Amino acid sequence: MKKEGEVRISSGCAISGIFCRDGRRITGEAIKKSIKVMHNRSNGLGGGFAGYGIYPQYKDYYALHVFYDSQTSREETERFLDRRFDIINLSKIPVRQTSAIADAPLIWRYFVSPLPHMLQDSQLDEDEYTSLAMIRINDSIDGAYVVSCGKDMGVFKAVGYPEDVADFYRIEEYEGYSWTAHGRYPTNTPGWWAGSHPFSLLDLTVVHNGEISSYDANRRAVEMYGYSCNLLTDTEVITYILDYLTRKQGLTLEECSHVIAAPFWSTIAATEDEDERNRLSYMRNMFSSFLITGPFSILVGFSGGMMALNDRLKLRSLVAAEKGHTVYFSSEEAAIRVIEDNPDRIWAPRGGEAVIVTLEKEAGR
Amino acid sequence: MRRYRIRKDDSCVSCLRCVSECSFGAITASENRTLVFHHDKCVDCQRCVSFCPAGAIYITEDENRFRENSVFRKDDISEIILQAETGGVLLSSMGAREKNIPVYFDRMLLNASQVTNPSIDPLREPMETAVFIGQRPEKIQRDKEGRLINNLPPHLELKTPILFAAMSYGAISLNVHKALAAAAEELGTYWNTGEGGLHESLYPYKENTIVQVASGRFGVHETYLNTAAAIEIKIGQGAKPGIGGHLTGRKIIGDVSRTRMVPEGLDAISPAPHHDIYSIEDLAQLVMSIKEATHYRKPVMVKVAAVHNIAPIASGIARSGADIISIDGYRGGTGAAPKRIRDNVGIPIEFAIAAVDQRLREEKIRDRVSIIASGGIRNSADTVKAIALGADAVSIGTAALCALGCHICASCHTGRCAWGIATQDPELTKRLDPEKGAKRLVNLMNAWTREIKEIMGGMGINSIEALRGNRMALRGVALNEKELEILGIRYAGE
Ligand code: SF4
Ligand code: SF4
Repeated sequence: MKKEGEVRISSGCAISGIFCRDGRRITGEAIKKSIKVMHNRSNGLGGGFAGYGIYPQYKDYYALHVFYDSQTSREETERFLDRRFDIINLSKIPVRQTSAIADAPLIWRYFVSPLPHMLQDSQLDEDEYTSLAMIRINDSIDGAYVVSCGKDMGVFKAVGYPEDVADFYRIEEYEGYSWTAHGRYPTNTPGWWAGSHPFSLLDLTVVHNGEISSYDANRRAVEMYGYSCNLLTDTEVITYILDYLTRKQGLTLEECSHVIAAPFWSTIAATEDEDERNRLSYMRNMFSSFLITGPFSILVGFSGGMMALNDRLKLRSLVAAEKGHTVYFSSEEAAIRVIEDNPDRIWAPRGGEAVIVTLEKEAGR
Repeated sequence: MRRYRIRKDDSCVSCLRCVSECSFGAITASENRTLVFHHDKCVDCQRCVSFCPAGAIYITEDENRFRENSVFRKDDISEIILQAETGGVLLSSMGAREKNIPVYFDRMLLNASQVTNPSIDPLREPMETAVFIGQRPEKIQRDKEGRLINNLPPHLELKTPILFAAMSYGAISLNVHKALAAAAEELGTYWNTGEGGLHESLYPYKENTIVQVASGRFGVHETYLNTAAAIEIKIGQGAKPGIGGHLTGRKIIGDVSRTRMVPEGLDAISPAPHHDIYSIEDLAQLVMSIKEATHYRKPVMVKVAAVHNIAPIASGIARSGADIISIDGYRGGTGAAPKRIRDNVGIPIEFAIAAVDQRLREEKIRDRVSIIASGGIRNSADTVKAIALGADAVSIGTAALCALGCHICASCHTGRCAWGIATQDPELTKRLDPEKGAKRLVNLMNAWTREIKEIMGGMGINSIEALRGNRMALRGVALNEKELEILGIRYAGE
């Protein structure tokens, strides 16, 4: 059977997210409880979590989570990193052996910062420098796979049910202000760890439920700008599109939502405010290759915030809730109720309407 | 030389309608009202068959045939005989007919949603077929307050991803132009004047008109350039890449002469190359001078024939400042072309789209230009496949003429079109009522658009831009590895 990336595998899923706007850091316990309720939406072939604010002592360094198939690939990768980065700290990521999770790769974590003279010679900013290096590792070092590479954040994912993945990574020992989770129901897969979600680049992480019908149009468009979609998954292509639009084009996430889940032309024509009408049609026209069609609900994590977005027809469920300073998102209301049974407000965001939450003390992205 | 045989049966009521309908002189009447058939003059245009009130007329391939030979087929032999008699270049019209070259559209099949994602019902949900074609800048710009500035150059806005292809006044009649212009206006798309200029009576349709500038520069003046939504520089056409055009002085009469700005009775010759474009930098200059003349308010298109090197050619055009590249494939039609050129030069449009789209992506400039594909688009499925391969839109010539009555008899070059299309003979041109013609074109395009929506909905795609270059929507059958590689698609079952 072909490995993920050699063949495109469609999947159904469950997603969940918790965001503390006041910056309060909570353990991974709650997000595990939430995603576990939706056990039936996964089939044990992939689960994962993203946490933000989890490495306060190293918050100025890029935190790399890396999978290795072998010691050789680890050595090769470390040589590669050594030439380009200052490695402040490296260790195995502590895991708990459980019978539910098998065939684990070697899982390492590094805190790094670009070597100043290398960075200067490259004439790139440090985000671009780092992301290029990580894409290089994934593309060219056999058996090495960078799972996440942002600052003060990390992705924990594996083949298994999400609650088992949480136990495996001892997620309850981490504290963060923002968490997302994913349980996967791929229609067929040999179970490759890197193929699980969240998918991430720098501090951007995406969990996604759906199967987009515009996939190949989007993939071929984003690959034009230097990304290579090796996994052939929707989540990967959505992550790259968002990275391109925010980091390379300088759009806000809300503007991104008007690109990927653009309003219908009929809606735009009916928009009364002329400036807004022009802005919406400009965005749709300018970035027409990045319109995403077909069902999706996504949670996008980033430093200091989270965005929830549905496709414009709302072909996948997505519920949001609020309690005090905490915001919840999930595929199912039950997964919110289990951790907050008395929310101040609970609602289903409309198709194509982004819900963006940010830390109260930080400006929006 | 006889190719067809005309027959009638007993139901003939001797009304002599066929005699008046046949513009090729293949059916005449003797003094006592009996029909005389001149089989050798028949071109199988089917006009008489369509108009016989009794259904009494039959046109068939002549069953007298040459002795079969697997190398020298019937046409080969009769063409040799004809050329031996006349010493001339064989002329023909419409698109290439070489049977051994597959129609690749027929070897690609479309996808549909099942279980893992839903199909979308176009009757219940919006299904968007509108496309914008033109250049896109590399980056957004913001003003001091951080608001987005609209930095998009002028675009064409199409309600459906289909345009009418360039066909010149002179090659076809004014009535055909009228029908195309009126239909384009009603449909929210564009028609194209071709290289014979724009008749003054059609100036009111300027918002839906694309005017062409070809090597002969017929009918080109400042008003002409500005009486259009876009300007197309024609370098070549799929039916006759590398070849110019020749409209005989016989057709340069009256309004044709005035519109083309060619004296009556003088042959209108389009040189093979533009004599001011011998290289790509010359093209860039022409693009820029046209933009100057139209005050940067209109997109400039460049039309080329699909030839072997189409990918780098398209890349050069994209970098010349052109907004839209129009690529015309091997099977593209024409009013007149040397038969050998028509049947042997160029490459199929399917490969050209795939190669150009891929190349422009590799060079990171695909978003900078739009691609219009033409040359053998027969129906809505071909349109969808062309877009999934990477075109922004398609244009149709032959299919539009068929809607107006053309039966593809490939005799346009004779100027005797019995359907009143490819002719200037007033007796014949009046056979086409422009209003009725426009209605038929509108019907055809509406029907195709409905079908495109059905197909898209089945794939779970509700906007045409999500289909562009979406090659996963296609699977190949009866294609070899190389063909799949160039088309960039997988085999059925993969
Ligand atoms: S040329 Fe046309 S109208 Fe004349 S006999 Fe043949 S089919 Fe009939
Ligand atoms: S336009 Fe007229 S002459 Fe030309 S192919 Fe069609 S029917 Fe024949």
